[in-house]
Amino acid sequence: MKTIFAESVEGRRAAGHAVPVDDNAPRAADMLPAALLRKNPPRLPQCSELDVVRHFTGLSKLNYSVDANFYPLGSCTMKYNPKFSEYVCALPGFARLHPLLAQLPRTAVYTQGALQCLYEAEQWLCEVTGMKAYTFQPMAGANGEFTGVQLIAAYHKSKGRRRPKMLIPDSAHGTNPASAALAGFETVNIESRDGMVDPEALARAIAQYPDEVAGLMMTCPNTLGLMETKLPAIVEELRKIDALLYYDGANMNAILGKMRVGDAGFDVVHLNVHKTLSTPHGGGGPGSGPVGVGERLLPFLPAPRVRRREDGVFYLDENLPQSIGKIGPFYGSFAVVARALAYMMRLGGEGLARVGEYATLNANYLKKRLEGVLDIPYDRICAHEFVASAPEGMRALDIAKALLDRGFHAPTIYFPLIVHECLMAEPTETESKQTLDAFADAIREIVELGRSNPQALLDAPVTLPVRRMDETAAARQMVLTEDMG
Amino acid sequence: MSNPADLLYADSHEWVKVEGDEAVVGITHFAQESLGDITYVELPAAGDTVSAGKEFGSVESVKAASDLVSPVNGEITAVNDTLENAPEQLNGKPYETWIIRVKLSSAPEGLMNAAAYEEHCKNEHH
Repeated sequence: MKTIFAESVEGRRAAGHAVPVDDNAPRAADMLPAALLRKNPPRLPQCSELDVVRHFTGLSKLNYSVDANFYPLGSCTMKYNPKFSEYVCALPGFARLHPLLAQLPRTAVYTQGALQCLYEAEQWLCEVTGMKAYTFQPMAGANGEFTGVQLIAAYHKSKGRRRPKMLIPDSAHGTNPASAALAGFETVNIESRDGMVDPEALARAIAQYPDEVAGLMMTCPNTLGLMETKLPAIVEELRKIDALLYYDGANMNAILGKMRVGDAGFDVVHLNVHKTLSTPHGGGGPGSGPVGVGERLLPFLPAPRVRRREDGVFYLDENLPQSIGKIGPFYGSFAVVARALAYMMRLGGEGLARVGEYATLNANYLKKRLEGVLDIPYDRICAHEFVASAPEGMRALDIAKALLDRGFHAPTIYFPLIVHECLMAEPTETESKQTLDAFADAIREIVELGRSNPQALLDAPVTLPVRRMDETAAARQMVLTEDMG
Repeated sequence: MSNPADLLYADSHEWVKVEGDEAVVGITHFAQESLGDITYVELPAAGDTVSAGKEFGSVESVKAASDLVSPVNGEITAVNDTLENAPEQLNGKPYETWIIRVKLSSAPEGLMNAAAYEEHCKNEHH
């Protein structure tokens, strides 16, 4: 693929963009040590404005997005992001606010609307999840996980005890062990039984490490797309030793408006706002991973917290002596929280409950349509997503590549690790029956092609700007730099 | 590919060849096939202590990263550092490619013979 350097023509410029040079101004080159100065001018592309616009518009057309196509990437909740939320967060009163205004005594008055947004978003999330309070500081889901396990660590520390072990089921979200390790915990794997967290395996782990278990990180429904059915027994096991139960909100879309995790006995939860509450996703970010807590973890939340005085004035409370401190800058990704609040207010309680219903209905419909085409290892009602295995003799990777040729994003492949040749599809609630049917038909056609002409499957993709990548060579011989001359 | 009869096997898919008070450790054919193309091996250092059931390194493939779990107790006497630049040896010749050599501090326990290990692998596939 051509880079912008390929468009470069010696001496070409974009007219009128360069600042006039002041010959009398001090020059950086005179102030820096000679050893730090470069020998040659940098090799920058020399292009006209139109060259640049055409180049990047061309690249943007190669991008694949939810706005253009179906994106059933399991565990990622790639739902449509309504334009209404974009309108709200782009209102100049929000978009042009400087975050420091809220902290300066004379200007705080100008930020009442923004603080109210944060305050009300917190109230909404508390109502939806049954938690006592939220922080918006974590900048993404994994940052939220880190915050959550830090809160668990702070809780045990405040009780004057060392609890170095974090239990993580093998059906949990993939980032959990990394977040726990980053917060200083040693992780202990809990093997699932028949796709569920097994309370007996949990009890065995607790018995194996007496007085050492800090908590259990659960993803519910789990990464197999199955609702955990043994929750009360799990909560009871943990309560016996005053260990805390963490809810990974990656799969919150399945239970939105249907189950309040606080009521179910979870002590701390992170939400992936870009998934569940339909804000922009991934690279384009920024992300937002608010963390909610129950009574026991309340004193340890990051500072500041937004509070409301009796006269209705909102203010930032920094007086939190047991707080774990700051996790992110200011109050988190404010524009993302504003989008999330707009989304929740627009849908209302009834609409949010329908999200969970339709997400679950769509996943079950798609699973049913694919029975007999793919192998479905867990033959029961699924939540918002499901796992399938490539049919005997076929690889998930090849089916995924062939889907790209047919205009669909592939499901997540080779995750979770406990499923052989795994394809994990999450259609989300925003897709129509027609889209789901077209996707199921495409997979059926691909599997038939794999039987009649296996080489055609190995050759995919053939319609995209690039053919099959050599992923192994890319991983073994990484080239992460470009010679800039 | 069949699993050599002169080796012992761990349920976490490492093989062990015991020679007197020394053991040689690698990963099995089933392990390399499940992982797919291996792209990186994180190795321990000679002199490190290993304990049965505890991780001593990891392997990364295009699909996943997995811990290497020691099947034996002892001290590492040598590490196959050719794996740093050529991890694909583990895919091509899993039973000729050793990862660590260990001076045993106790006799290996709880390992399987080739027949029992084959049965174990069958149960892992859905």
